[in-house]
Amino acid sequence: MSIELIISLVKANIVLAVLLTNTILLIWFERKVVAGMQSRVGPDRAGPFGILQTLADAIKLLLKEQILPSKADRAMYLLAPLIALVPSFLIFMIIPLGPDITVEWQNALYTIPLVGADLNVGVLYFLALSSIAVYSVVLAGWSSGSKYPLLGGVRASAQMISYEAAMGLALVPVILYSGSLSLVDIVNSQSGNLSSSIPILNTIVSFIPKWNIFPQFVAFGIFFIAAVAEVNRAPFDLVEAEQELVGGFHTEYSGFRFAMFFLAEYINMFNMCAITATFFLGGWLGPTFEGILPPIFSVIMPIIWLGVKTFLLLFVFVWIRATLPRLRYDQLMELGWKRMIPLSLVWLILSAIVLGLREFGLPWS
Amino acid sequence: MVDLILFFIPSALIIIGALIVVFAKNPVHNAMGLVMTLVSIAIIYITLNATFVAMVQMLVYAGAVMTLFLFVIMMIGVDKKEQSSESIKGQTFLVSGVFLILISILGYVAISSEFKWDLWFEAVEFAVEGTPQLIAGTLFTAWIFPFEIISILLIVATAAAIALAYDSKRKKNDV
Repeated sequence: MSIELIISLVKANIVLAVLLTNTILLIWFERKVVAGMQSRVGPDRAGPFGILQTLADAIKLLLKEQILPSKADRAMYLLAPLIALVPSFLIFMIIPLGPDITVEWQNALYTIPLVGADLNVGVLYFLALSSIAVYSVVLAGWSSGSKYPLLGGVRASAQMISYEAAMGLALVPVILYSGSLSLVDIVNSQSGNLSSSIPILNTIVSFIPKWNIFPQFVAFGIFFIAAVAEVNRAPFDLVEAEQELVGGFHTEYSGFRFAMFFLAEYINMFNMCAITATFFLGGWLGPTFEGILPPIFSVIMPIIWLGVKTFLLLFVFVWIRATLPRLRYDQLMELGWKRMIPLSLVWLILSAIVLGLREFGLPWS
Repeated sequence: MVDLILFFIPSALIIIGALIVVFAKNPVHNAMGLVMTLVSIAIIYITLNATFVAMVQMLVYAGAVMTLFLFVIMMIGVDKKEQSSESIKGQTFLVSGVFLILISILGYVAISSEFKWDLWFEAVEFAVEGTPQLIAGTLFTAWIFPFEIISILLIVATAAAIALAYDSKRKKNDV
């Protein structure tokens, strides 16, 4: 067996382990933060600070009965949770966790990129898989053979298509700035600090890292809002609006199949934050404190930086959920089609003009 | 060996998906069969080094178009009785004729190539990667005129659809 194959297999297992452990932490994190914002205690029984509460819930869900509604469309009903879970794992494969590391083993040097797969069409891969994820919600809603899940499913298909367009358009200026569709190249293009041709401005901005969020703040705003909508989190959680639709698309699911939807939602949330950090916040870039910390930290620090950025964004996700009321359906569509898509188009044209001027100079000069 | 696996599994999925599209009774099952076919075609594209085309296939066809299909199917309602009872005159005759022609063509190809399975291209050293740069370079230089014409065509179609659907006589408070 070749060493590359072994490395790939180990990577796949690491992705599985990281995402599952991380989800357990993330659910606990969300419950604790929301509890803090609402002056409650939150989970505090299982384990220290209640950190094992999610594990207990997962075991409970595994042991519960799995109900198949009599009116359900059997094949689609069983397929939907799988379609939810698989893309969420696949998206994580393209997120670069750090620079390439070189390992010496049996007198041979091996370069291991800390990314599942460095695709030259990484951005499109991400968009394609997140559009595949829509099917899980739509199919789950339709196949349950019940009216509330069906309403949730119909809402989901409209909502996710609307916001995917804005999300894709918000990414185009970033691709223009970085000059690549590969996520590894996008991260590398953000290294260093900002610079300006005007001397006074240069002294000010040269302290700021060259992250895409600074020149592309509008794109960041659009992308972040669209990301919240894409993973169906509050205030865009009309798909599973408890007060109107019982549980939305997953009303009829129980036991482990419900757990799969739950898992997929949190993995998607984590992916979205990690992708946002990669596109706009410099990904794994950050000081490694070489010389101060032991040399192993030059490998670990990038992963820690990506984790810190991701969890900051996740905190914002939870913060938004605890603060904002849910949008009405027509408001949601209006925000998507009438505000965010035109704004992202205007911003795309502006960025293209600025980049063109920088590259080729003024047209009459 | 890997070539064979990478070719035959997606091909089998394409054919199974296409059969589901034709034979399944439920519209949602038909749509999902089509999704399966489209995604499997994307896998074939990847094995042919056309990664960009594969991703666009996933994004546009499997992602957007089919989601719209499903949306429409759900809006119209799938619980209504099947409306496929009306048949074209001489339907069975036509279909079996086409099927016979297809079989004879396949048979001719198989016999004339003496049952050899050299269906895929041989590995070339300078295989061209279907990178975005390459496609964009060709599309926006040599083919810029047809490209712009297609985009105008799409805008015309969109405007026409809006003009047809928009009822200008409707009062404002009616909406």
